[in-house]
Amino acid sequence: MGSIWEYANPVKFSRTAGVVLPWVSVFATVALIVGLVWGFFFTPDDYRQGSTVKIIYLHVPAALMAINVWFMMLVTSLVWLVRRHHVSALAAKGAAPVGIVMTLIALVTGAIWGQPMWGTWWAWDPRLTSFLILFLFYLGYMALWEAIDNPDTAADLTAVLCIVGSVFAVLSRYAVNFWNQGLHQGASLSLDKEENVADVFSTPLYVCIAGFVLLFIALVFLRTRTEIHKRRAKALLARERLG
Amino acid sequence: MILSVQDLTITRGGIPVLEGLNFALEPGRALVLRGPNGVGKTTLLRTVAGLQPPLEGRVDCPPETIAYAAHSDGLKAMLSVTENLRFWADVFGQKDISAAISAFDLEALADRMAGTLSAGQKRRLGLARLLVTGRPIWVLDEPTVSLDTASVQMFAEAVRAHLKGGGSALIATHIDLGLEEADVFDVGPFRAKPRAAQAGAFDEGFL
Amino acid sequence: MISLLIRDLKLAFRAGGGFGLGLAFFLIVTVLVPFGVGPNSVLLSKIAPGILWLGALLACLLSLDRILALDWEDGSLDLLATSPLPLEGVVTIKSLAHWLTTGLPLTLAAPLFGLLLSLPEGGYLWLVLSLMVGTPALSVIGTFGAALTVGIKRGGLLLSLLVLPLYVPTLIFGAELARRGAEGLATTTPLLMLAGITFGVIALLPFASALVLRVNLR
Repeated sequence: MGSIWEYANPVKFSRTAGVVLPWVSVFATVALIVGLVWGFFFTPDDYRQGSTVKIIYLHVPAALMAINVWFMMLVTSLVWLVRRHHVSALAAKGAAPVGIVMTLIALVTGAIWGQPMWGTWWAWDPRLTSFLILFLFYLGYMALWEAIDNPDTAADLTAVLCIVGSVFAVLSRYAVNFWNQGLHQGASLSLDKEENVADVFSTPLYVCIAGFVLLFIALVFLRTRTEIHKRRAKALLARERLG
Repeated sequence: MILSVQDLTITRGGIPVLEGLNFALEPGRALVLRGPNGVGKTTLLRTVAGLQPPLEGRVDCPPETIAYAAHSDGLKAMLSVTENLRFWADVFGQKDISAAISAFDLEALADRMAGTLSAGQKRRLGLARLLVTGRPIWVLDEPTVSLDTASVQMFAEAVRAHLKGGGSALIATHIDLGLEEADVFDVGPFRAKPRAAQAGAFDEGFL
Repeated sequence: MISLLIRDLKLAFRAGGGFGLGLAFFLIVTVLVPFGVGPNSVLLSKIAPGILWLGALLACLLSLDRILALDWEDGSLDLLATSPLPLEGVVTIKSLAHWLTTGLPLTLAAPLFGLLLSLPEGGYLWLVLSLMVGTPALSVIGTFGAALTVGIKRGGLLLSLLVLPLYVPTLIFGAELARRGAEGLATTTPLLMLAGITFGVIALLPFASALVLRVNLR
């Protein structure tokens, strides 16, 4: 007992989700409120970018999540293909809409930020383009789930698409970098760089990122549980028809 | 070349339809599957042919011994009768297609495009394909659909010759083919009962 | 294997086989572009490599759903899956047949269309080379998309949506190679990348295609 695979059992997962969900939701709300209020109202304006810089508190966490949600889908897809746990496949299905919304937030806040900074809403900059391509990957992934009736078939096909798509997403990133050198500034946060965003800005940013991560966890728990219930209802109906 | 099925449970759309199936098919014998529509005969044949995995149990037979024929014959409308047969013979590594053409009385149609054939003629061509596979175990799903009485006789004759040559056949059909080598197997009693969720099973919610 | 290739080619060339459809579409795109962007030959020669690559890609996309859907509908795929041919081989042959009937003719016709868009003189060789190296990747990736959507009725639009992002790297390196060639710039990097993508997908993607096809046949 005590193996992590126990939670691959749908009933056990639902029960655990029921216990964990309220707590995660509360922490997510607190972290988001604290982080955003702190970031928006209690940090100084940047000497070059003025107050527009504050959109960073939405933009950076959303962009981080956009990539990491896809990564999480990749891992759960692999788990589904190797170990055939339905919860894993359904978690990937549940995470995709959250991921696409994060990508959209990153793109929209990026455009709003880019307008005063670069004088344009959109540029075919490598980072922007990569996110647009990521958006298309999410769209295709979700469309494939919707198009297939048999849930196991859909889980298998989307899992393979996710894996193949991941390889092509990385390829696209290199291709796009090669194709255009870009306007976008380097990463705002990284561990090995001397020149990071100043501490006054970064502390509330970390809080916001924590808030986004917790929000994502809460949403995935919720959505996966809903998918499990939908699956179960479908199975019951099918059994009823069978007599 | 014995085909044997042990404790087989098969699923359609993730739901078990037939369970606890056990049978064996010896060379020279035929097994006719009976059962009401929708009971899972097609699913069973697809599982035996290896197109879909069983939920439980196993299908044992030497590899590459099964020739499968389903509702659709896999014919290309823009290829002639000979070209269609020639193609499948090449795929299965066989040389001679004349035996198949004469067994199903297709000589007169040999150069016609498959698209111009009637439904019954297409079916005959689809069944002639079995002869060019050179495989000993035939797995047939409603082979007599759209065949007239004379053609059904022709088909029964082909099956008989196949069994005499040491082959075997698993056939889902409602028509009596008049085969003395055939046993009838009614799958009706093997309908899967709704399963109570097994405590501790990984995916108890879904089955 | 060879017999499957011959059958597919025969079917493509006979009436209703769809051969030439891609070429006609390629022609339409190249003819319409000058109407859209104006007849300025300086502008046209600048964008010609990109337009020709885009036209070839769209023409390729147009015929993808024929790769497997027809064999699915008439039951041939079930029979091929139970035949001695490995499914990985079947999808590879299908990609090859698609390339021979779509990618190769497009590549050979491209210089002619380049003429229409006043492609600079030095660009022809590079255009043909880039298409020759890049279009096989389009066919192989397209076969993967076709295998994913084969069970879906009217899956054509979904197929395009799934394949589109997968085509991005090939398009970028292919068009970049043709553009740099036309402008007389260094071409080694995009050529190597394009060839790398093509060989990579030919080596690996048929396994994924066969896997999803097997799932779809269940």
